[in-house]
Amino acid sequence: MPAIAREKLAQLKRDTTEARLAEMTLPDGAGWAAEARAAARARVRDLGLPHPRDEYWKFTRPDTLVQPEAPRAALFEAGEPHLFHDRDRLHLVFRDGVLDESASDAQALEGIEIERLGSALATDIHWTRDLYGVLEEAGQSPVPRPLAALNTAYATDGLVIRVTGTPAKPVCLTYLHADEFSDGMLHHVIRVEPDAEMTLLETGPGAARINQVMEVDVADRGRLHHVRAQGRDHERRAVTGTFARLGSESTFKSFTMTVNGVMTRNECVVTLTGDDAVAHLAGVCVGDGTDFHQDDTVFVTHDAANCESRQVFKKVLRNGATGVFQGKILVKDGAQKTDGYQISQSLLLDDDSQFQAKPELEIYADDVACSHGSTSGAIDETALFYLRSRGVPEAEATDLLVLAFLAEALQEIEDDDIAEEMVNRLSGWLERRAA
Amino acid sequence: MLNIKNLHVKLEEEDKQILKGVDLEVEAGKVHAIMGPNGSGKSTLSYVLSGREGYEVTDGTVHLEGEDVLALEPEERAALGIFLAFQYPVEIPGVGNMTFLRTALNAQRKAKGEDEMSAADFLKLIRARAKDLKIDADMLKRPVNVGFSGGEKKRNEILQMAVLEPKMCILDETDSGLDVDAMKLVADGVNALRQEGRGFLVITHYQRLLDHIVPDVVHIMVDGQIVKSGGPELAQEVEKNGYADIMAEVA
Ligand SMILES: Nc1ncnc2c1ncn2[C@@H]1O[C@H](COP(=O)(O)OP(=O)(O)O)[C@@H](O)[C@H]1O
Ligand SMILES: [Mg+2]
Repeated sequence: MPAIAREKLAQLKRDTTEARLAEMTLPDGAGWAAEARAAARARVRDLGLPHPRDEYWKFTRPDTLVQPEAPRAALFEAGEPHLFHDRDRLHLVFRDGVLDESASDAQALEGIEIERLGSALATDIHWTRDLYGVLEEAGQSPVPRPLAALNTAYATDGLVIRVTGTPAKPVCLTYLHADEFSDGMLHHVIRVEPDAEMTLLETGPGAARINQVMEVDVADRGRLHHVRAQGRDHERRAVTGTFARLGSESTFKSFTMTVNGVMTRNECVVTLTGDDAVAHLAGVCVGDGTDFHQDDTVFVTHDAANCESRQVFKKVLRNGATGVFQGKILVKDGAQKTDGYQISQSLLLDDDSQFQAKPELEIYADDVACSHGSTSGAIDETALFYLRSRGVPEAEATDLLVLAFLAEALQEIEDDDIAEEMVNRLSGWLERRAA
Repeated sequence: MLNIKNLHVKLEEEDKQILKGVDLEVEAGKVHAIMGPNGSGKSTLSYVLSGREGYEVTDGTVHLEGEDVLALEPEERAALGIFLAFQYPVEIPGVGNMTFLRTALNAQRKAKGEDEMSAADFLKLIRARAKDLKIDADMLKRPVNVGFSGGEKKRNEILQMAVLEPKMCILDETDSGLDVDAMKLVADGVNALRQEGRGFLVITHYQRLLDHIVPDVVHIMVDGQIVKSGGPELAQEVEKNGYADIMAEVA
């Protein structure tokens, strides 16, 4: 880009950013939390809010995520309970980005300490201080994530969870969308202490537009299993940022299912800082219609020896839907014996739908095994005919092949029972949609 | 039962005529064999009967018990009772063999207005059929045809046939890739269904399979037409002399 054009673009970004910030006031507070917020706001100014010319926003239009007002999103009547509803769990309910204590369980579970973000940020001495905005800031380089910094500056609700043992049941967060214009911001901080282990489930749309950040610190030998089902409201928008730091021999598994929603951008930034750590990031996306846009942007950094990372992302798109995958594996000097795997695949059910993929590999260590691949294909006509020739109607046969395609990603979910619940929901949705 | 009249078929994408007037009638409980050199149009006939895309019927009719087969979708033909054992069974990664069979069976029952078969009844049925064909539990659990040997794939086709109990069974070179023992198992499966009054169209290259499934009628297909029909002895003639004599005779 010529210098003049670059300067013009920078000015444009500054103007957009200032316009947005002018509409917002930093939450009240003092001490370290106020400092963290002010620093985050300075980061937003510095980075500028996303613009279509930014390297990682080429495939996804940021405007509706950046503009001051959340676009209207009609409420959606699912006609069925939220996922995970009949599981033994610690259940917490957020409505348009605010915890609804009356609809939630008491914040108590053996093996964890759990608290609302606001109360943690108002506490002088709190473990959250070492993490809040810290992991997000670390994740700003080399790729800027300004909407996450915006979240750190302005979010007032969320949960801070310290996992000290192995709770007997998962923590489940249900995100309700009740107001057609709600603009939610949630910021969670999770610290898994050495040898501790927890499962975190999330389900629901959250708001007409939600900006959600989760900072995750998994200490040595800790394990966090994260499964997220984004809400099926057709018009909802979401931008999520997961920032994880993994200690030695720790495990972080994160799975996201996106079905519907007009705009979804999921960013996941994981750094393996201790030897023998494991990160499995996976997702399935089922998109229907020209309005549907879903984007997984993943950055995994190997900064220790003998670590394993997997990225498995599958998208089924039809009727003009768009899916994006931008995934990077960075292996730093010294991260020997790295085992890095990345696959992103799309199944395009018609010619109008599209999949944009940007797989990247950057390696500075010499003794590593890394592979990545990206494919885009149509339904296997031969398999479809085979199924139909046995009496399976075309729509049902297509669903079977779609689920088979998604299976590799769903298998990444640690708990088979949870995986099965998600497969069953998916197949129910596919079936009803075909009807 | 199956009536094929003056069937002309060309490729949809190319100007290539493959079937050039096939007439054939298969009666209930009878086995008709079709033999013929490679490329004569045998597989094409089987695909057109089962409704595969890519072919255009330019003339002729196909009826099964009076129903116009060519007007139906593949799944409707299956529900009507047409079954094709593929020359090259298809691998479907990610779809379990059992799930596939249960989905197919229940879809056909639904199409006929019958209740779905319960999971327990289905399990009983499939275990019994699988045992007859010496198909082990592991093969049932694996994804459809994935990692199956050539012979296993063919036995899996016959298992599907035995479970779905079609009226009109079309076997396309089911004998290729089978050893003698497997061939006997397959033949026993076919013979059992034959006794129930089902019709068979057995496409084969060699006479071998016809030692075990003794056909009522043998047809020779050359260049998209049935050029000669006769009894089982015709198959032996082909085995001995090849197709050259017959082709010379009809030319
Ligand atoms: N889909 C197709 N595309 C191109 N050629 C085809 C196709 N299907 C059949 N053919 C051609 O039609 C002829 C008959 O093929 P086929 O029915 O497979 O014969 P057979 O089973 O008797 O060996 C061959 O020349 C074959 O190449
Ligand atoms: Mg053939």
